[in-house]
Amino acid sequence: MLSELSWKVGGQQGEGVESTGETFAIALNRQGYFVYSFRHFSSRIKGGHSNDKVRVSLKPYRAIASRTNILLAFDQETIDLNAKELCDGGILIADEKFKPTAPNHVQLFSIPLTQLAEESGSAIMKNMVSLGASCYLLGLPLQVFEEVIEERFRRKGDKVVSQNMEALARGAAAMEQAGGAAVKLSLAKADGTRRLFMMGNDALGLGALAAGARVMAAYPITPASDVMEYLIKKMPTVGGVVVQTEDEIAAMTMTIGASYGGARAFTCTSGPGLSLMMEAIGLSGMTETPTVIIDTQRGGPSTGLPTKQEQSDFLAALFGTHGEIPKIVLTPATPEECFTAMADAFNLAETYQCPVIVMTDLQLSLSKQSTEPLSLDSIRIDRGAVTASSDLKEVPITTQFDRYKVTDSGVSPRVFPGTPGGLHHVTGVEHSENGRPNEGTANRQAMMEKRMRKLDGVELDESISRHGSADAKVVILGIGSNYGAIEEALDILQEEGIAASHVHLHKLLPFPVRALNEAFQNAEEILVVENNATGQIRHLLGFFGVKTAGTIRSYLKYDGSPILPLEIANDIKGRMHAWQH
Amino acid sequence: MATLKDFRNEIRPNWCPGCGDFSVQAAIQRALAALNKEPHEVAIVSGIGCSGRISGYVNTYGFHAVHGRSLPTAQGLKLANRHLTVIAAGGDGDGFGIGLNHFIHAVRRNMDITYIVMDNQIYGLTKGQHSPTSATGMQVKTTPHGNIEQALKPTQLALAAGISFLAQGFSSDVNQLVSLIQAAIQHRGFSLINVFSPCVTYNKINTYEWYKDNVVNLDKLEGYQPNDYAAAMNQIREHDGLVTGLIYQDTNRAPYEDSIHNYASDSLSHVDLQLPSDVFAAALKEFA
Repeated sequence: MLSELSWKVGGQQGEGVESTGETFAIALNRQGYFVYSFRHFSSRIKGGHSNDKVRVSLKPYRAIASRTNILLAFDQETIDLNAKELCDGGILIADEKFKPTAPNHVQLFSIPLTQLAEESGSAIMKNMVSLGASCYLLGLPLQVFEEVIEERFRRKGDKVVSQNMEALARGAAAMEQAGGAAVKLSLAKADGTRRLFMMGNDALGLGALAAGARVMAAYPITPASDVMEYLIKKMPTVGGVVVQTEDEIAAMTMTIGASYGGARAFTCTSGPGLSLMMEAIGLSGMTETPTVIIDTQRGGPSTGLPTKQEQSDFLAALFGTHGEIPKIVLTPATPEECFTAMADAFNLAETYQCPVIVMTDLQLSLSKQSTEPLSLDSIRIDRGAVTASSDLKEVPITTQFDRYKVTDSGVSPRVFPGTPGGLHHVTGVEHSENGRPNEGTANRQAMMEKRMRKLDGVELDESISRHGSADAKVVILGIGSNYGAIEEALDILQEEGIAASHVHLHKLLPFPVRALNEAFQNAEEILVVENNATGQIRHLLGFFGVKTAGTIRSYLKYDGSPILPLEIANDIKGRMHAWQH
Repeated sequence: MATLKDFRNEIRPNWCPGCGDFSVQAAIQRALAALNKEPHEVAIVSGIGCSGRISGYVNTYGFHAVHGRSLPTAQGLKLANRHLTVIAAGGDGDGFGIGLNHFIHAVRRNMDITYIVMDNQIYGLTKGQHSPTSATGMQVKTTPHGNIEQALKPTQLALAAGISFLAQGFSSDVNQLVSLIQAAIQHRGFSLINVFSPCVTYNKINTYEWYKDNVVNLDKLEGYQPNDYAAAMNQIREHDGLVTGLIYQDTNRAPYEDSIHNYASDSLSHVDLQLPSDVFAAALKEFA
């Protein structure tokens, strides 16, 4: 019995690869398995190789596996590109139609997927045939898929549903006929726990809704667009609005305008959009207008790798704006955390009256995965210092409200336009307490200090998390979706007798210097794992003055693909080996 | 009830003596008083440039944004509080240079806001470079051999983009400007008032006298119907854009806010932000 396996389907983009993978993943998630899927796709609508890799296990993994047990190939290109990751004796199910050839280390089952689909009613059902074959190999009853197929095709009528069920059965029968019994990979039974199945972007969208977002302004971009598309569907349920703007500059400034107007407003983009938003992010900081910006990182620079994994916007997010403003950067690692990060982001933005950037990466944003229950009880809404109209009743019309009153905390109460007695001016020009332009040196110094004081010395709660043995000499520092790969690397290392601990950054700014100093206390070797070429997080450790006696090294990957658990484990093992000699 | 003086503040504008923008400031103040608005019911969102300072010179809520972005900022504000009277303002460089993209899309979107452009056909604050509305041949700092580009035609562009309210004013005719601003604020949808607002320091060609000699007042043109799109376009073309008055108005188009599906009727600044548990439960089901 297997406690986990990895399955992959591949073909031309647009020929049902994604829906095959998703049907497979949802069905198994509903059985109580932990499922983690990762989609490889290109920046085009149809054509080009794409694949969907799904990991199924009895315990949670937040990373794709290094190897694959079963590969479904709709074309030869899928075999050529992916067969090498099949384990020895791994199973390749390919459509007989294209006369597949395969390398020696795999077991090829050439099944007439298209022909069986046609016999069931239509060639497009070859994905159901292939799912039936997979189902047989996993030793699962076909009923596992019935519910999902019913839901997916109900709209198209009973006939389509029964045809798809038939295609599924034909696939299973064909696999048996082809001698599948000899290679069955029986999967241990799951406990039937029902979990959610969602990607980071789903959780960000739902999180924004739960956090009270009522205005979203955004421009389409991969891999961020899902968040906007989700909220376009959901905003009407709460009376809010989503505007698809003409560009990201408009998205950011519209967000600022809406927030100034008193709404919880945000935008969502990826690297190129973040670059365009920089001047306006400075306006948000200078005018102390709370804003939330989601950056779903992808491969940069410029257009870079629009559909590939990378984590290379950290320095841009921290330092991208000209001039100096207080700013907060959150870096959730899982869909569960994406959900709560949105409420955190809005609360922090309104508490400190500054921009908050929530950073994910493509792998986190787009990987659909088993997700633990989300609760509305975990969400609280804190709008920070807002002066109510009842406090301003007696103010004469011509009196200006001191929107930028210098306070010990640096935070000055806001008042929303439309409030009688709250009249004030807001400007990106340096200004006095009442918001009027003022370039005087003493005023400048006082205002600069007031703004920067808001986050001076602040370290946010739960900025880092620590996993594994606390006194381990080897510490692996990660961020974003690397979480799962590092967790799994700890397991691999432990099996080989190497103790390591995992420190994860969940909040990048204010940089958690104190927490990291403590986490690195016993470290002799610190490996900073990040999906970029220059080691941005490692540089930040130095920039912010994190103290450690340990040696800091980088594990970097910037080829557009996610970091795999084995790669991290092997890096550590190589280093240990070097130590021993 | 607020009166004209309530829309004034003690700030002395940093405009040059004789600048056309003083008239625009006065006209906004008079129009708001005439419409019986209270200062707190109005927000002026402006861009960067001499004219962009105007949000600080009228006693209302004011937001002085970044260069070229007054319109998206103003639209965001309107979405947050649809009951506010939102006026966006700035110069020709701000609106038709760096911010032109936003202008066309604001026209298309048709939110109920009023956009006032103080068009002096020059960059003043940066000391005399040519602007998108500078005439061909105009010789200034950045065009030593005369401007080799063609001037952008704001009114023609606005009309072509499908604007629902289009007017043009002139700083010398404050009374007309007041009535145009009033009409624009009352118009339900996006309105542009392009104002010929001479720069007395850097534009020695498009002076008060030059405009007086060249503009045609459509408000006084017998038989002119501002609901006639073709007539509007003809007048603009015939006079090379040098017309004043209400050029075009389409009263049949609904503002953007009215068309947002299920949009809250209250200001979003004071709605209950707690997500109803049934909405949340239904949302979770989609991920089961």
